[in-house]
Amino acid sequence: MVDPKPTLDINTDLARGILIDFLATEIRRAGFERAVLGLSGGLDSTLACYLTAEALGPQNVLAVRMPYRTSAPESLEHAGLVIQASGVQELTIPISDMVDPLLAHVPEGETVRRGNIMARARMIILYDQSAATGGLVVGTGNKTEILLGYTTLYGDSACALNPLGDLYKTQVRQLARAIGVPEVILAKAPSADLWKGQTDEAELGFTYAEVDRLLVLLVDGRYSPQACVEAGFEEAFVRAVIERIRRNQYKRALPLIAKLSNRTVGYDFLYLRDWGT
Amino acid sequence: MTHVKIALAQIKTRLGDVQANLAKHLELIDEAGRRGADLVVFPELSLTGYVLQDLTPTVAHRAESQDPVFQPLLQASRSIDILVGFVEGDVRHRFYIAAAYLSRGEVLHVHRKVYLPTYGLFDEGRFFAWGDQIRAFDTRFGRFGVLICEDFWHASPPYLLWLDGADVFLFISASPGRGLNGEDRLESARWVEQINQAYASLFTAFVAHTNRVGFEDGLNFWGGATVFDPNGVCLAQGPYHEEALTLADLDLAQLNRTRTRLPLLRDERTALVQRELERILRRD
Repeated sequence: MVDPKPTLDINTDLARGILIDFLATEIRRAGFERAVLGLSGGLDSTLACYLTAEALGPQNVLAVRMPYRTSAPESLEHAGLVIQASGVQELTIPISDMVDPLLAHVPEGETVRRGNIMARARMIILYDQSAATGGLVVGTGNKTEILLGYTTLYGDSACALNPLGDLYKTQVRQLARAIGVPEVILAKAPSADLWKGQTDEAELGFTYAEVDRLLVLLVDGRYSPQACVEAGFEEAFVRAVIERIRRNQYKRALPLIAKLSNRTVGYDFLYLRDWGT
Repeated sequence: MTHVKIALAQIKTRLGDVQANLAKHLELIDEAGRRGADLVVFPELSLTGYVLQDLTPTVAHRAESQDPVFQPLLQASRSIDILVGFVEGDVRHRFYIAAAYLSRGEVLHVHRKVYLPTYGLFDEGRFFAWGDQIRAFDTRFGRFGVLICEDFWHASPPYLLWLDGADVFLFISASPGRGLNGEDRLESARWVEQINQAYASLFTAFVAHTNRVGFEDGLNFWGGATVFDPNGVCLAQGPYHEEALTLADLDLAQLNRTRTRLPLLRDERTALVQRELERILRRD
């Protein structure tokens, strides 16, 4: 019997084809031939790097490693593996000298503030490299973190286009495995690596596997909270995830503009970015 | 004429750039002609692109000989019939998603999209007026019917065309790809193929469908043109997500063979349908 519930399983050949075509088409349409992306050595940026290399040719992709002094040394090594395997151009710009003067004013315990500063410093480097090399910044955020708001506004979420934003973390993993991402990267615990020993799942309080199964029902399947509970999820977990999605809507929207005129950007001045191309 | 060679064009378009899209149409019309096609079918809004939003009034045309875009298309239709998708602006400044069937330098038929999806990712009702006619029309090959995308997601428009005499259905779409799962094609592709095959089978008619390819911002269009014969057999299928000109030979004598075996059209109780429909609609 077929399970009528939406599932996380994806056809990886189909996903890969669409995403590569998306990157190549939309980057060139904007008048660019090249791309820039931050490569942490984690799963998301690794997959984005492989896809972009395939879309534009590896010689047209600049992967930027931006370690901080407390970053795990294996992050840099794993990024190195990806650079080698995909053949992309590489640049390493440590952010320690850039952010330490600012972090000196932020107490050690304020990990969110400190993490945000690092994420935004990396954004500055990527956009500078974008200007320096004439490449568009490719985003690496997945659907799970976008929905949960597990991202720094104007930091790691800043990009020109994002091939992974409609794939849950579980699906990113499935696609990455199919594409041949090194096992060591697939196997390690997801981490923003903003402080020593940080893991996403410890910080979030649940696993990606767990929350993705809920999100696919809530978001894709349009299940009510009650139907999710009936499908086997703890009510408190369902409530907490829904509240988290609601609270973070601001991170998914452009800044609010107060409407005064008859025609206002965002409300009734409506054009796609592909306008005229 | 017992055979029609049909060419289904699945193309990328430039959003809001009618001249660039027209040039592409003329190239493909030429190619279809060289490959022996009698008719070339373009997707929904093939002259303009799909997510037009505020570009809508700037890309509107009228299917008439004085129109600078239709003039070269009508000229080209002297050697091959053409179905083209465009934005029609009427004299009262309303805009329609429309398709024009051109043949031997004349406009034989214009269909205005009746069902404008305005839900989910779609916002057509915000920018367009809806058409209020569903009519079959005579071509040099027989009686045809044209519908645009959401029109054939509803069962009634194909049914009306069938009763109005259409034996060949030309369906055109700009269908955004969605519903990635473990299957070998997107859910949107599976759905459209299923209903096209069902219409061919239920109406014992030819059903040809073509669909956009390319991207508009993050939306992909999946292509996958198909032709089903009166037995519901797929005669030809275009590739997914790539530009292509897919040719199929329609042997119109198949209508006779299938309908002799399976006289669904002969046995259709139209008076009963009318009587019951009137009763149902009177109820409230």
